[in-house]
Amino acid sequence: MIDLSTLQMALRALARNKMRSGLTMLGIIIGVAAVIVMVAIGEGAKYAVQNQIASMGSNLLVVFPGTTTQGGVRHGWGSMSTMTIDDVEAIARECPAVRMSAPGVRSVAQAVSQSQNWSTSLQGTTPEYFEIRNWPFRSGESFGYGDVAAMANVCVLGATAADKLFGSEDPVGLVVRIKNLPFRVAGVLEPKGQSVMGSDQDDTIVIPYTTLQRKVLGISHLNMIFVSAVSQSDTAVASEQVTSLLRQRHRIQLYQEDDFSIRNLSDVASTAAATSSVMTLLLASIAGVSLLVGGIGVMNIMLVSVTERTREIGIRMAVGALAREIMGQFLVESVVLALLGGSIGILVGIGGARAISAMAKWPTLISPASIALAFAFSAAVGIFFGLYPARKASQLDPIDSLRYE
Amino acid sequence: MDRRVVVRTRSLSKDYHLGDTVVHALRGVTLDIHGAEFVAVMGASGSGKSTFVNILGCLDRPTRGSYELDGQDVSELTPNDRAVVRKTRIGFVFQGFNLLQRTTALENVEMPLHYARVPAKERRARATALLAAVGLADRAHHFPSQLSGGQQQRIAIARALVNKPTLILADEPTGNLDSRTSVEIIEILQRLSDEEGMTIVLITHEEDIARFAQRQVLFRDGRIKADRPVDRRASAAEVLRALPPEDEEEQA
Ligand SMILES: Nc1ncnc2c1ncn2[C@@H]1O[C@H](COP(=O)(O)OP(=O)(O)O)[C@@H](O)[C@H]1O
Ligand SMILES: [Mg+2]
Repeated sequence: MIDLSTLQMALRALARNKMRSGLTMLGIIIGVAAVIVMVAIGEGAKYAVQNQIASMGSNLLVVFPGTTTQGGVRHGWGSMSTMTIDDVEAIARECPAVRMSAPGVRSVAQAVSQSQNWSTSLQGTTPEYFEIRNWPFRSGESFGYGDVAAMANVCVLGATAADKLFGSEDPVGLVVRIKNLPFRVAGVLEPKGQSVMGSDQDDTIVIPYTTLQRKVLGISHLNMIFVSAVSQSDTAVASEQVTSLLRQRHRIQLYQEDDFSIRNLSDVASTAAATSSVMTLLLASIAGVSLLVGGIGVMNIMLVSVTERTREIGIRMAVGALAREIMGQFLVESVVLALLGGSIGILVGIGGARAISAMAKWPTLISPASIALAFAFSAAVGIFFGLYPARKASQLDPIDSLRYE
Repeated sequence: MDRRVVVRTRSLSKDYHLGDTVVHALRGVTLDIHGAEFVAVMGASGSGKSTFVNILGCLDRPTRGSYELDGQDVSELTPNDRAVVRKTRIGFVFQGFNLLQRTTALENVEMPLHYARVPAKERRARATALLAAVGLADRAHHFPSQLSGGQQQRIAIARALVNKPTLILADEPTGNLDSRTSVEIIEILQRLSDEEGMTIVLITHEEDIARFAQRQVLFRDGRIKADRPVDRRASAAEVLRALPPEDEEEQA
């Protein structure tokens, strides 16, 4: 029923009324382009979140100290000072689902180089930290266990801190002053970008936790413990094992609350990923509505076209066109309109997504699946909204149609 | 003349229902038309001529009575089967030409062949040959709006012939044309009848046109009032020769 010459006939009919065909297609073009752009934005966000998951480190758990309660006033997370380096070692030693652990002591400090100064976060830890966080070095290397034991004045710079303090110069071997103490720069980390929470992970200086505890802060507890599970699927088990170990070590009674909390950051990330999926869906459905409106435009124009071409339909029937051939002809016309509009819309959408990426610095991702979907959807729009007008055309009476003025 | 009966109607009736009233457009028409006959159907306006010819052309179906085309009863066919009959055996020519606008003369003539599933090459060849036969070879790529009424009607005749029909039905084909152009159109039909043995039914209410046919059937109030052969049939070609030569403007 739909052969080459039907297609040619449809193209000719559409070409005969270029202005109208163009305007009809515009509805589809805008609809499809909107779907492509919106899905690209949503997918881009999801992709960015997935990158962040990977950047956080493999199978990461973070243990924070619990809240202290004094006279009914609850302080925030981390106000307890019960976590120690012994806990860190015990976790690595006694929890089978844990691959590695590292202490974390946090502070902020003004760092001063030869020519610049920069306020940044200080992170005190052990060399395991870089492995747990899955964080490679751009230049130099980590400080060693000897440095930790010796409370050495040695540091590793995050990429942002390195750039702010030393510009394009390689700082390895140079000196940074932190709280008036000179620190030798052992290495610079690769940039990691934003955390799931939106902070710049590279704006940091990492030093041995012993140095930060004793020489800078004068404390003996930890602010956090970084734990890496054996595998992604073991993070929950690792979390349970760490919980029972720490409860035991901190002598917490059955009826007492934990004096720590464990955050599974990949959970946070999965939630963020799920959120962005929902966003993609939402954006796509909003854009889908405009495609639907475009489809209604096709139907409207096809109905007008059927009325306007009543006499043509009568003539075709008089020379022997079958009802289903008339129907096929109008259906092909609307599908061709929709597909042509869809193809142009895909190109416009790709261009639009690129423009948004370039101008708004928003990550966009155009997947072949979304293109295929948009194409299939516009074909479906052509068929669905073309069917009624085509059917109407095919059911006209030849004699009445021939008389139609 | 060939004695094959192309059209055989028996007590053909057609009623139209308009609300509560019934219009009896045909009230029992019995008629035989043989192969290669050139019949003029005459009668006042509203006498049922078009209704009759539309039934002959399977555009419409009778309310009662029977109609055999080429020996096949076609009065009870489904709309789809009637379309097939129109496609394969009928060629229509209308008063208002009924060409597709913004479509070239050649494409208009080719159009029925599309539905007959004739391959593109052959379509083109047949349409070109027929345009030449009606004297419009040089107008193949003109649109109807660029052509005179006579030229448009000649295209319509070419279109009616393109499917090699057994029966040509022409409903007042000269109604919109001046007298000279009318004779030119009739001349083509006469040639088809005399040289190709085509069976032709021509509706006209003009005596002047009807005298070119071989037989005249007169309708009144949905019945056949008279059915007579034409004694001294006029030749359109001769009439044209006797007319003064046409001036340039008319040609354009
Ligand atoms: N579709 C129709 N509905 C109702 N009445 C019709 C219809 N077609 C024709 N008629 C009526 O049938 C009668 C015959 O019409 P028609 O065959 O067109 O006459 P003619 O061609 O001889 O002028 C007229 O009275 C006309 O009004
Ligand atoms: Mg009439």
